[in-house]
Amino acid sequence: MDHKEMPGPTADTWGKSFPLGNELLKNISSDDTPLTSSQRPQQKWEDPSMLDYNTRIEPPFQEFKQRSETQSSLPCNPNNQNKVTDEDVQMNGTIQTEKIQDWDPRAMLNNLNFLEQKIHQLQDLVHLIVGRRSQALGRPDELLAQQKQLITADLTSIIVQLISTAGSLLPSVKPLSGTTPTGQLGQLGGLFLPSTVGLNSSVQPQNNGGSKVSDQSNQMDITVNCGNEQNYNVEEHESKDDEDADEGENLPPGSYEILQLEKEEILAPHTHFCTICGKGFKRDANLRMHMRGHGDEYKTPAALAKPNKEATSEPMLIKRYSCPYAGCKRNKDHKKFQPLKTILCVKNHYKRTHCDKSYTCSRCNTKKFSVIADLKTHEKHCGKDKWLCSCGTTFSRKDKLFGHIALFQGHTPAIPLEETKGPTVPPDRGEGNEAINKVRSINFNFGSNAPNGNEVQNTADVKGNIEDPTGYFSPLNFDTWNFGGFHEFPRPPYEDSESSLSFLIPGSCNYTVPGSCNYTQKTGAESSSNNPE
Amino acid sequence: MKKAKHFQFQVQPLINNNNNNNNNNSLSFSYFDLLSEEIVFTILDLLTPNPVDKKSFSLVCKNFYFLESKHRRILKPLRSEYLPKVLTRYSHVTHMDLTLCPRVTDATLTNIASACNSNLVSIDLSMSKFFTGVGLLNLAVKCDNLVELDLTNATELKDSAAAMVAEARNLERLWMRRCKMVTDMGVGCIAVGCRKLKLLSLKWCVGVGDLGVGLIAVKCKDIRSLDLSYLPISDKCLPSILNLQYLEDLALVGCYGIDDNSLAVLKNGCKSLKKLDMSSCEKVTHIGLSSVFSCTKCLEQVTLANGYSVNLDLADSLNKLSKLQSIKLDGCLVTCAGLGAIGDWCVSLKELSLSKCKGVTDEGLNYLVTKQRDLRILDITCCDKITDVSISHITSSCTDLSSLKMESCPLVPREAFILIGQRCHSLEELDLTDNEIDDEGLKSISKCSKLSSLKLGLCLNITDEGLAHIGTSCVGLKELDLYRCTGITDSGILAIAGGCPGLEMINIAYCKEITDNSLLLFSKCAQLNTIECRGCPHITYLGLAAIAAGCRQLTKLDIKKCYKIDDAGMIPLAHFSQNLKQINLSYSSVTDVGLLCLASISCLQTLTILHLKGLTPSGLAAALLACGGLTKVKLHASFKSSLPQAIFEHLEARGCLFQWREKVFQAELDPKCWKLRLKDMMQ
Repeated sequence: MDHKEMPGPTADTWGKSFPLGNELLKNISSDDTPLTSSQRPQQKWEDPSMLDYNTRIEPPFQEFKQRSETQSSLPCNPNNQNKVTDEDVQMNGTIQTEKIQDWDPRAMLNNLNFLEQKIHQLQDLVHLIVGRRSQALGRPDELLAQQKQLITADLTSIIVQLISTAGSLLPSVKPLSGTTPTGQLGQLGGLFLPSTVGLNSSVQPQNNGGSKVSDQSNQMDITVNCGNEQNYNVEEHESKDDEDADEGENLPPGSYEILQLEKEEILAPHTHFCTICGKGFKRDANLRMHMRGHGDEYKTPAALAKPNKEATSEPMLIKRYSCPYAGCKRNKDHKKFQPLKTILCVKNHYKRTHCDKSYTCSRCNTKKFSVIADLKTHEKHCGKDKWLCSCGTTFSRKDKLFGHIALFQGHTPAIPLEETKGPTVPPDRGEGNEAINKVRSINFNFGSNAPNGNEVQNTADVKGNIEDPTGYFSPLNFDTWNFGGFHEFPRPPYEDSESSLSFLIPGSCNYTVPGSCNYTQKTGAESSSNNPE
Repeated sequence: MKKAKHFQFQVQPLINNNNNNNNNNSLSFSYFDLLSEEIVFTILDLLTPNPVDKKSFSLVCKNFYFLESKHRRILKPLRSEYLPKVLTRYSHVTHMDLTLCPRVTDATLTNIASACNSNLVSIDLSMSKFFTGVGLLNLAVKCDNLVELDLTNATELKDSAAAMVAEARNLERLWMRRCKMVTDMGVGCIAVGCRKLKLLSLKWCVGVGDLGVGLIAVKCKDIRSLDLSYLPISDKCLPSILNLQYLEDLALVGCYGIDDNSLAVLKNGCKSLKKLDMSSCEKVTHIGLSSVFSCTKCLEQVTLANGYSVNLDLADSLNKLSKLQSIKLDGCLVTCAGLGAIGDWCVSLKELSLSKCKGVTDEGLNYLVTKQRDLRILDITCCDKITDVSISHITSSCTDLSSLKMESCPLVPREAFILIGQRCHSLEELDLTDNEIDDEGLKSISKCSKLSSLKLGLCLNITDEGLAHIGTSCVGLKELDLYRCTGITDSGILAIAGGCPGLEMINIAYCKEITDNSLLLFSKCAQLNTIECRGCPHITYLGLAAIAAGCRQLTKLDIKKCYKIDDAGMIPLAHFSQNLKQINLSYSSVTDVGLLCLASISCLQTLTILHLKGLTPSGLAAALLACGGLTKVKLHASFKSSLPQAIFEHLEARGCLFQWREKVFQAELDPKCWKLRLKDMMQ
């Protein structure tokens, strides 16, 4: 297998499994487990390639499944169980030896011998239990449970041994064959893990159907773990916005392999599906949590454990991702191609850059997002602490606003409209609105100047607007509609003027200016930073 | 001033003549028209500060009326209601003092702005309420020469109003003490708008933090005086403040956010800083102060009251300041070594305050004063460990002392006070409250002919004899405090009132022997503005009438527990004392009638009326409603329920605050017993 071939089969298998996902989707409710940072790294396992491994291990799995189904008619039969174990392991062993014969037959043989010994020991143990059982039928269930535990523990250790054996082969595998280590490991995982669960299910066969899922998830986890081990530690600390985090990363072309997912894969809501009820999940961990509801066998530490990474400690070839959108800088055909680091990066990048912004902030009704996490982040402080400058630029933090004001001459903090309005005073509709429109239009003009690119001109505009706020509320204004009427009406005109005047504060109306306008203004302000005082 | 008064008395009869002439023949020629504008202006310049005089002057003739209104620069209106009319007359006013107008609305400010326009230079709104940003915006926009604005106590003012103030581009002095609602945003607006600010007081603006202050330091480079007391500021804005090129006066009282670490980063020197107040900064120790002083080498005056430990380290750090002249260490814990080190400085101090310092001993103080011989002002109030040894050293070393405050130094024997009079002839201010001084001491002190303020409260050993010496020698005495000096009678007052015609403040509270005669004598002191005769049971309406008629400048009067004073005393008071601002009538025999009379005093702002037996709710209500300028009324809580709530609401809308007291009626104690009880309470 060649490196370059990897994307191909991945996509194919995805194509196959995707419709299944869709079908399942109809039956299940969406995954509403909240995002938590601790779970975030696991998101990285949403690797489509894992599905590939799924399909690959399909044959042995089905074989096994059939067998376990037959067993299910004989619950708690140690003989049968033992037999299955034997068969399973032998089968695994043979496949394994076949696969790795070319690489290191002697070491493998040693390991297998050791494992065989262990299995024999276990066999003896089970025989013993069977003997005792026949002697004293109707013993309390506790003893049975203890025996089960004992066997499970032994089996677990055998499985661990097997996996580590497989893992130890990895470095020797890489230089010799063109097969990606991930693929190799995926196969190994596929080979070993069914037996684990198979054994479990044979001990507790009442929830047989569920075993498949647990099974699957285990495989996937290991597989992906192996594949992403390289990135894993890094990404643990990365924020959600890691799309651009790799900007500075200068990997020489060819030092990493490029994977490209199709649009449908990127936009698929779930990548993990429960084989019992069909519910979809974004994360494997959530699926495993879900599985607990399907039976006790999914509550075992082994079933719940984070898929172990033991076998993947060796360095892997770096994987990078390409955006499927032609012409995008993140597309591998782009001249200045900048690869994306992880699947999550691909997803976020694709949604942010090439998709409609379908999530609208319910508070401000102006900001739109295509990634729901972005919306959630925005909603956290939408409208709450908007620090506003007279130039229309908004800041989420007060110190940033004051830094901005300290830097630019003539900029001044803008007091929010709500505060300037007297709480008990009813606003004067006509004049107030007029004033709003006036200010808004001024702001808008100013904002629309920004993209013209004439930076110096922009700065001048900013100053012009700010330094002479009296320009648009000249003293004449007061005379005509405020103070002229004072003597006739000793108090009311002032109440009115209070509210109407409040609209005239420069910048105070920016809350009503659409976000797009703010944005352009912001760019204007930023561009003017090139011309410091 | 004396000249002016002469002139005034000469003019007075003429006024009458003139009025008569006018009445008889309206076409008759007025000699006053011959006076040139310059001459009239000069006369007006020299008139007494009593506002009534100017009023009389302007009533002489039309010409005078016109010229007086043209001459007047400072306007201190009693009521804002009449401002529109007043302003049409006084169109040349530059300074507007609205401290007597509790209710100043936006309409008022708009009127002022329209009437004064560019003439207005200064406006004081420190005692006013009910205006908002709109009025301020009018002021700021129309009065483009506005330089001085006092917004102290504008507790309701918000950032939006501060943003309006920021439109006053030429503002140089701005007081915003207790503007609690203003935040960084408002101050930020001011910083950007008022670039010419030289003085800014943000004391108690607890909403303002590092960002606002930091922006002030960035934008207002001309700042000379900055008061940041009690602000929650920290190390973030301090460096930029100390970078201000012209900063001379900085107050950082009670800035709990400043600690040693935040001061340690200060590097750039502030060469202009002359005055620094870092009192009550809880988290600052001598280490932090040391780093401050190392970058402010030109300090002349340092205040480090409350909370510091004046030890060797602190004294050493202060020693870096080669131009230091004044240091105030009130309420600090002082060590002997610290005082010694201060004495060893190369600089010569002019002022030292050790008021209420713990640990001041004869040893430390003696060493200090023998080295610092140039001391002019010394405050050793409540240094209860010092004895006559210290006084001896102080008086022999610091012979140039002009001010000595040594209230409550109980270990100083009576003989020691003789030394003060013998050696310190330059004393102008002497506070001997609660000391053992006797007549001999007073006799000696009377040699200090420059004495203008003498406080002898709770000096139980002095009698008329000693006071007579003071009266005969200290001609320039302006303030005399005889609080609870039970040995003083009318004959002592005779000497004082006769000998000190310039007396402005007299306290004869609880001098029980004092009768109306004393007040009759005091009525000759025309400058008297403050009279406290609390607890003088012999005083009646006669004395009060004399005072009212004689002391036209009277602004504060305390006649609490003068049981004999009744409504008859109020009538002359209401008639003559048109400058009265503050009065305490508690426990007197004044009734509704008297109170209603008082209500006609248009200046009256503060009224304390507890335990007035003859006061009925309806009388009180009438008086309160009639007295338009009230800002603070202390009342017994029982009236709260007996009067309709609407009255209080109305009064509060006029700008009047009510303080409700639940004190029970107190019988009077004799002074010694009172003093003992006070000591018990303190322990």
